[in-house]
Amino acid sequence: MLVPMICLAQPDAATIARKATILTGLRSVLDAADVIDDDLLLRAYETDALTAYRQRPLAVVLPNTTAQVAAVLRFAQQQGLRIVPRGAGTSLSGGAVPVADAIVVGMGRFNRILDIDYEDRVVVAQSGVTNLAISQAVAARDFYYAPDPSSQIACTIGGNVAENSGGVHCLKYGLTTHNVLGIEMVTPEGEILRLGGRHLDAGHYDLLGLMIGSEGLLGIVTEVTVRILPKPQSARALLIGFGTAHGASACVAAVIAAGIIPAGLEMMDAPAIRAAEDFVQAGYPLAVAALLIVELDGPQAEVNELITRVHELANRHGASSCRASRDEAERLRFWAGRKAAFPAVGRISPDYLCMDGSIPRQQLAPVLESIAALSVRHGLRVANVFHAGDGNLHPLILYDANVPGELARAEAFGSDILKLCVDVGGVLTGEHGVGIEKRDLMTYQFGPTDLLVQHRIKWAFDPQLRFNPGKVFPALSRCSEQGREHVHAGAAARHADLPRF
Amino acid sequence: MSIRPSNESEVVALLSAAGPAFELVAGGTKRGIGRPVAGTMLDLSALSGVVDYQPGELVLTARPATALGQIQELLRAQGQRLGFEPPDAAVLGAPGNQTLGGVLMANSSGSRRVTAGSARDHLIGLRAVNGRGEAFVGGGRVVKNVTGFDLPKALAGSWGTLAVLTEVTVRVIPAAEFESTLLFAADSTPLAVELCARGLGSMFEVSSAALVPGRGVALRLEGLMKSVASRLTGLLGALKQSPHTVLEGAQSEEFWRQVGAVAALARFPVIWRLLVPPRQAARIIGEIEPEEFQLDWGGGLIWVGAQQVDAGRVRGALHGGHATLIKASAAERGAHAVFEPQAAALAAVAARFKSAFDPDHRLNPGRMS
Repeated sequence: MLVPMICLAQPDAATIARKATILTGLRSVLDAADVIDDDLLLRAYETDALTAYRQRPLAVVLPNTTAQVAAVLRFAQQQGLRIVPRGAGTSLSGGAVPVADAIVVGMGRFNRILDIDYEDRVVVAQSGVTNLAISQAVAARDFYYAPDPSSQIACTIGGNVAENSGGVHCLKYGLTTHNVLGIEMVTPEGEILRLGGRHLDAGHYDLLGLMIGSEGLLGIVTEVTVRILPKPQSARALLIGFGTAHGASACVAAVIAAGIIPAGLEMMDAPAIRAAEDFVQAGYPLAVAALLIVELDGPQAEVNELITRVHELANRHGASSCRASRDEAERLRFWAGRKAAFPAVGRISPDYLCMDGSIPRQQLAPVLESIAALSVRHGLRVANVFHAGDGNLHPLILYDANVPGELARAEAFGSDILKLCVDVGGVLTGEHGVGIEKRDLMTYQFGPTDLLVQHRIKWAFDPQLRFNPGKVFPALSRCSEQGREHVHAGAAARHADLPRF
Repeated sequence: MSIRPSNESEVVALLSAAGPAFELVAGGTKRGIGRPVAGTMLDLSALSGVVDYQPGELVLTARPATALGQIQELLRAQGQRLGFEPPDAAVLGAPGNQTLGGVLMANSSGSRRVTAGSARDHLIGLRAVNGRGEAFVGGGRVVKNVTGFDLPKALAGSWGTLAVLTEVTVRVIPAAEFESTLLFAADSTPLAVELCARGLGSMFEVSSAALVPGRGVALRLEGLMKSVASRLTGLLGALKQSPHTVLEGAQSEEFWRQVGAVAALARFPVIWRLLVPPRQAARIIGEIEPEEFQLDWGGGLIWVGAQQVDAGRVRGALHGGHATLIKASAAERGAHAVFEPQAAALAAVAARFKSAFDPDHRLNPGRMS
């Protein structure tokens, strides 16, 4: 078991001492069976997908209705209790990691789709419905919900709202914030609010826009209204190999400059390609330094034309190989290696850290070079998989936690990568969220006044700072060390089976 | 009296010291929207100029008072544009030069908004000074960013009541190679809304759908010329409506410029802007019985032209959504709620949110009240 590098919020001993009274209170507003305090059962809630950080909460509650959520939160308000909202617990940044004196509000019972409206092209779902379930519910009529985070089989739409989740298609179709029309939420005071609805745009301040990506700091989402899109008529992908990362980066820039917005534009470097090919035999070329997957979707006439144009651009930028998918099976095969990249890397190294920086596209090649130099300096290997189209990097730092000092080196390496992203005009996190993972780097990206302005928003919703304590913003007292996402081959990692990209 | 700061530091100096409340003005085209503001004019027109534009990044950074026309020209030269299609302000506001900052603070989007997203969706980063005189940044210069609260979303559409923008970064998109518009006569509003829904819900990638007085139902297709032609054929086959007219290229562009500007309602002294679930549009029109109206966004945006403000009748027809009194005399805007009144619990949160930025109401005081 690893010793966490980041301080979780400090629990209040007096609150823990009142546990029995608190449980009685919670059981007065919920069915007794929906309040969990059994130590063994609480273990299921002690971490999320950032598994190095574990903490059993005081209790877990599983409300069934919005009114019950409001009742729990009013009780928590009276008692001064801290709250940790939780969807499916797939956060990669520790967004749902509990605190010892907190009540985890699990939204798993909110699992019903309430309405599907094809005429207005919206779906209304309770917040615990999984991302994929929404697309599946409308698939028969050839509609889908566009944002597709890699954990979509498990992650909830409420969690997507909290994290403003992305996915491989967000270059063309946007993030959660561009696809959510409304929510129902409960404030820390226990007030039920409706923000947005089935219409477009806010009539007053856009508090919906503020809630999306607020990482559980401002309230609990109970219901989400999303817009759905008609499925594109067709989709094809190109698999393009390059002898240098520079060539691949230049090709990415050329595609965008040519006015083409691909549905997906992904890049992998040699170590990632090799690991993926060994794992799933996707048919990737191995004698290349970088591989691009470019997916075009839309009307058939358009897709075929764009495939030709991208093919020409690839040749002009020195592609060593270029294949266009001829059928759906081949397109899916192109993606298979990319989607298995994280577990594939997990097979070639005992442990890895996954980073999530976001940079201007034109910085791709120089940043790759700098990461290679950092790899030498820190004496650790790295495999790179990128959402190249929107400049979102996922460098995977390979290390072995059993080698003394290697974890610390990996974390120092990761911290250097994120600082590099900020230095070239980028940001700490493109889609995984700050959580506890990048909290202590926030001061590298933001100045004290920038953070104060954000703190005031937090205070406007949650003046007692009871919601998701210790997340996103550096605490007043903090550890000097910074940590990253730790994946340990030896540990029973949650959701280890999910594809990650 | 007016004060004209020449840079961000001077804005900070003005707002960090005790002083008057300000009416924020740059291009001035939207001064007549919202409750009348009493304050010293803060002339922001000096905060202008493009700071950085790199077409390969699909991102543009400019100071907020940069003329929208200048930005559009710059983008056009690179085959790019603002995806949210900011509409001309001549009908709804005062004549003059719209600025990028004004468009973002009004969250003003044109007909393509229904598929390409709003002004708010395209604002990815900003520098600003709040009512406390604190200069801060929000968002960034990259399209994918979940670092901290999404301040650009929260500030877009705040009508200058939270902070003074000093720099903004917006996403831009490649301009379409070609566009065509399919026009049908509409026998009834329900049929028009149904045709819009069928178009937008089809696989033919309809980018805009409107019902325009005197012109009928309009569905726009954009993209590669070859693709537009084949989708047009497909769409016609699917909708089975005749007769129809097709506008192509510049004709189509001009048509949508008029739709965005709500030119058809120019003669009315009172204009309401309603955002509603599209399937309710026909019912709402039936209940309000307006003298004239235009539907956009597939029915989700209703423009109502009237001789008099009849707030009860307009707002009474809503079940979900909201209505803004976008054009009326100053006296009428003083007498009626211009923005949709909020439920008490929501209003309380909104008031605390406002106070986080501008506790002393120094920025456009009362404009959204």
